[in-house]
Amino acid sequence: MKQLMSGNVALGEAAILSGCTHYFGYPITPQNEITEYMARRLPGAGGVFIQSESEIAAINMVLGASAAGARAMTSSSGPGMSLKQEGISYLVADELPAVIVNVVRGGPGMGSIAGAQSDYFQATRGGGHGDYRTVVLAPASVQEVTEIVPLAFDLADRYRNPVIILADGILGQMMEPVDFDGLVRPPDYDKPWVLTGAKDRPARKIHSLIFDVKLQEEHNWKLQRKFRLIEQSEVRCETHLTDDAEMVVVAYGIGARIAKGAIKRLREEGKKVGLLRPVTLWPFPVQALRDLAKTVDDFFVFEMSAGQMVEDVRLALEGQGRIHFYGRPGGVAPMPVELYRIVSRHYLQAHADGEGRPR
Amino acid sequence: MTADQAATTVFARPRLLKQADFHYCPGCGHGIINRLLMEVIDEMDLQGDAICVAPAGCGMLLYNYFEIDVIESAHGRGAAVATGIKRVRPQNLVFSYQGDGDLAAIGTAEGIHAANRGENLTVIFVNNGVYGMTGGQMAPTTLLDQVTTTTPAGRDADLAGHPVRICEVFAQLDGTAYLERVAVNKPAAVTKAKKSIRKAFQCQLDGRGFSLVEILSPCPVNWKMGPIEACRWIDDAMLDYFPLGVFKDVTAC
Repeated sequence: MKQLMSGNVALGEAAILSGCTHYFGYPITPQNEITEYMARRLPGAGGVFIQSESEIAAINMVLGASAAGARAMTSSSGPGMSLKQEGISYLVADELPAVIVNVVRGGPGMGSIAGAQSDYFQATRGGGHGDYRTVVLAPASVQEVTEIVPLAFDLADRYRNPVIILADGILGQMMEPVDFDGLVRPPDYDKPWVLTGAKDRPARKIHSLIFDVKLQEEHNWKLQRKFRLIEQSEVRCETHLTDDAEMVVVAYGIGARIAKGAIKRLREEGKKVGLLRPVTLWPFPVQALRDLAKTVDDFFVFEMSAGQMVEDVRLALEGQGRIHFYGRPGGVAPMPVELYRIVSRHYLQAHADGEGRPR
Repeated sequence: MTADQAATTVFARPRLLKQADFHYCPGCGHGIINRLLMEVIDEMDLQGDAICVAPAGCGMLLYNYFEIDVIESAHGRGAAVATGIKRVRPQNLVFSYQGDGDLAAIGTAEGIHAANRGENLTVIFVNNGVYGMTGGQMAPTTLLDQVTTTTPAGRDADLAGHPVRICEVFAQLDGTAYLERVAVNKPAAVTKAKKSIRKAFQCQLDGRGFSLVEILSPCPVNWKMGPIEACRWIDDAMLDYFPLGVFKDVTAC
């Protein structure tokens, strides 16, 4: 049954339905509805909610709960995410699963409390110290939250690695019809590493300190092999009107929703523009872009930032095609008509002779 | 002694202390505290229940010595990690092992708020007045006028503030159940420290709430003293500022 619900509340409900039993969080706008929802709902569902004294404490409580075998989650926004990076680095090093939601707001510094996409680098490049990656999932609608959240818990458990859900203030705050009928709780994984007390088995230890640099290198290569496996197996993206496209807009999350509005207008004028929407920002849909580049010359990257994902598009295309960019940093969300005008101008310039590449 | 007289063991390596060489410096108190913890856990038959949260600092390699489950924590985050574990496994004995930099500087917030929430866990707080592993810098517990590598002219209150008394501060929080300061600088003190650890663990098993044992511990290498001199210095200098005793005990009520 469909209900009208904000993205933040849907994130909370989807987490509980996915088997999250422990939530730790610190208030920060624009994600407070997640924390408040968990405070209301989780204890009655047999779980534990703690309002922590800081984002640093919250992520370390998640680490402890995960080491003890629970599905644990925390959520925050920009400034709070910066504080969580220490703990995320340890989660990766310790190979502990966790789900961390970032309802992104404009930065840097205190920034704004409006939705933005300016934490892309932080999320996709690891964010904390050391050589590592986290899986980064970007929902674009409240309904998609019901697919992304169970996927996040499943990937976290399967790969024993933290997963970031990179939402934004608009998705968090806006209400849309949503049903949870299709949400399947991820399976429980065997966790022979969990700390339960050394009863009838040898003592276990979980640590990231490895003084011997050769062993530390081995541990790093082990993590890197896992990251390569994730890159091979877990890329997800959506394509929209790309079959005949002469120009493809690349946008994610709420940016892709704005782009779809712009593309609707462009199509009404006969401009052959499509959309590639990465659902996993890491691993990035490199192959999908390269496949598109076989028939498409022009790629238009749109972000609610000054340009971060555009670097991944450049890296993926390796010089093929022309890359156009439009971004609005700081928390400004352009209307579809604004993006339509700009994409339209670039489209006309790119096809000024009226001919696309022979296909 | 004749052959038919049975030999009686009066002291032995604790069963739960792994066959490994401590990395601690000669005269360091950590080895004594490690031994006491494993003795108490064995005597209370808690090997199958205990989960230890190790710190950053000299205590970070506890998992090489303890025959119980151990997890490392980032510097200062021990009480938060322990909170996460305990909230998943309330039936387990969960304790963090933290130094003075860990609990009284970088991890003050995590420690105070775990205590204030009355988390039913135990903090073993090793106070040796100095950052040991990094080479003898000033700790929050460094005494006034004490020379360290970052207070080369002695700790000056105008520049570097005053030593932090954790037990006295934590005693102000209603969430705390049992707080005691002990020392491991002489045999009678060690016996008392062991009793205090046992009491803190029992307090947790009885669900009474947050317990903390602060242990004054010698660090002769960073204090630039001989081991015996360091043990004496605890009595002569530290006890004035860090008096031993029970600061909170709700188990008596």
